[in-house]
Amino acid sequence: MIEVQNLSKRYGSHLAVDNVSFQVKDGEILGFLGPNGAGKSTTMNILTGYLSATAGSVNIDGYDILDNPGEAKRRIGYLPEQPPLYLDMTVKEYLSFIFELKKVRLPKGPHLQEICRLVKIEDVYNRLIKNLSKGYRQRVGVAQALVGNPDVLILDEPSVGLDPKQIIEIRSLIKHLGRSHTVILSSHILSEIQAVCDRIIIINQGVMIADDTPDGLARKLAPESILTIRVQGPKADVQRLLAGIPGVQKVTYNGPREGSASEFTLEPQRGADVRRVLFERLADRHWPLLMLQPSEANLEQVFLRLTDASVDSQALARRLREAANTEEAPGEQPDGAAADAAADPQAAQEEGK
Amino acid sequence: MTAIFKREFKSYFTSPIGYAILVASLLVFGIMFSSMYAAGSAEIAGIFSNIFTVIAFMVVIIPILTMRLLSEEKRLKTDQALLTAPVGVSAIVLGKFFAAFLMFAVSVSITLIFQIIVSCYVSADWMVYLNCLIGMLLFGGALIAIGLFISSLTESPMVAVICSFAVSLALLMLDFAGYLINNSLVTKLIGWISFSGRYNAFTSGVFDYSNAVFFLSVTAVFLFFAVRVLESKRWA
Repeated sequence: MIEVQNLSKRYGSHLAVDNVSFQVKDGEILGFLGPNGAGKSTTMNILTGYLSATAGSVNIDGYDILDNPGEAKRRIGYLPEQPPLYLDMTVKEYLSFIFELKKVRLPKGPHLQEICRLVKIEDVYNRLIKNLSKGYRQRVGVAQALVGNPDVLILDEPSVGLDPKQIIEIRSLIKHLGRSHTVILSSHILSEIQAVCDRIIIINQGVMIADDTPDGLARKLAPESILTIRVQGPKADVQRLLAGIPGVQKVTYNGPREGSASEFTLEPQRGADVRRVLFERLADRHWPLLMLQPSEANLEQVFLRLTDASVDSQALARRLREAANTEEAPGEQPDGAAADAAADPQAAQEEGK
Repeated sequence: MTAIFKREFKSYFTSPIGYAILVASLLVFGIMFSSMYAAGSAEIAGIFSNIFTVIAFMVVIIPILTMRLLSEEKRLKTDQALLTAPVGVSAIVLGKFFAAFLMFAVSVSITLIFQIIVSCYVSADWMVYLNCLIGMLLFGGALIAIGLFISSLTESPMVAVICSFAVSLALLMLDFAGYLINNSLVTKLIGWISFSGRYNAFTSGVFDYSNAVFFLSVTAVFLFFAVRVLESKRWA
């Protein structure tokens, strides 16, 4: 159980983390999502006691990181952004150093072997860390976080520098670890967080702008389900037909495709499913539908919009909070406000001014 | 603390530094002893009081011993592992101090060989030898603490070694400054701070508690400073 309350960190005049509060339950995998420089690493450094907060408190399993650092740190395994490796040691020497440093009371040999098996570094066990590739170094970094089997794992961008196969491996490792540990991991890659985490916190410019499950975020914040379609038929007539379908808000012509076919982008109104009507009407006219593709990466777009540098994060966060509150209140508009805020950062920004 | 101490001491021997320092110490003491032998003297204290020995150890070897201790941790970000582990900052600093101190003590203990050789032929003065050794260790300990403190201030071992070198040299030359200034108060003050003056008392066979306490206090103060620097980084 991790409890973070009103955490702020100020570097001179720059506010790196601004009033961040959240809780992580036992066995939960929490993802920290944000662009580079959003304050993810700073927050993690504060959680692990490497940095001190300017204001606010961090509580790990009931132990405050400032008042009782020894007990709190004993419960944390931390992989910083750059793995803290001594290059002049072998993997074996390094892990047993970490083992002694953390004053672990488990049987040393079997414990280290178990960790090496988990992160798949057995074959480099006796090699100098200096001679390892980046992927292996990263995994040794994960291994050192696992030493002592801490309850809480804090992993700062654990998949950086890994090749695609290793990324998949490390994701499944994190999922596996999530069964017995509380995990916080950060990334600036949305799909990674989406694949692994039970809950996502989006942070930008030091401000928490969203805290929800991946599905919840997608549902609440994703723009309307945009469709890309390819129809064989006279362009102008098809466009007129598409615009006439009830529920279609906007039709954009993307240009000719596959010879005589044309491609369009349809933006339906929120919640409207226009696919059936679309099919029937095109079938009536005998204009074959060659392709119908729902726009992927909905969450990706939301993320990009939320973390747009021009957006005032403070105002956006406030707007989202208000939206969440109205959503909880019965009878109010269900989920429109949050989506509006996400889809229209400009408005949020203006409101903030 | 022991984990850090062990790692740090071992790391002197995973690089050529540890071996180079031992070779240099053997060379310095060997030349000294040979010239002592050639002069027909059995006074091993002469080796300790020689300004060449003092410069070799205090100005050259100790800065090399201390330069990497904390600066390299910061440069390679390995301090994140140390500072997020359930160990106090003072344990980290003490572990590192004792590793450097043990390395220094080992290289100074080479003189024991010569003392034993001397004692085989004539009745050697063990009390004077012990006094010299203790003086050397106390003097060295104080400078190691200063070097450790300097190492905590920078991320570059090169900057640390040059600064420590300059500070040690300045401390040794303080005595000469005392001769230049004709002011009794300044002279007295310099005599009080003078590291080499207090060290020379040891090599002349006088064990004065005030000198021992002086060196121990300097050691403690600079170790404390190093702890504070590491802790203050958290608040930066």
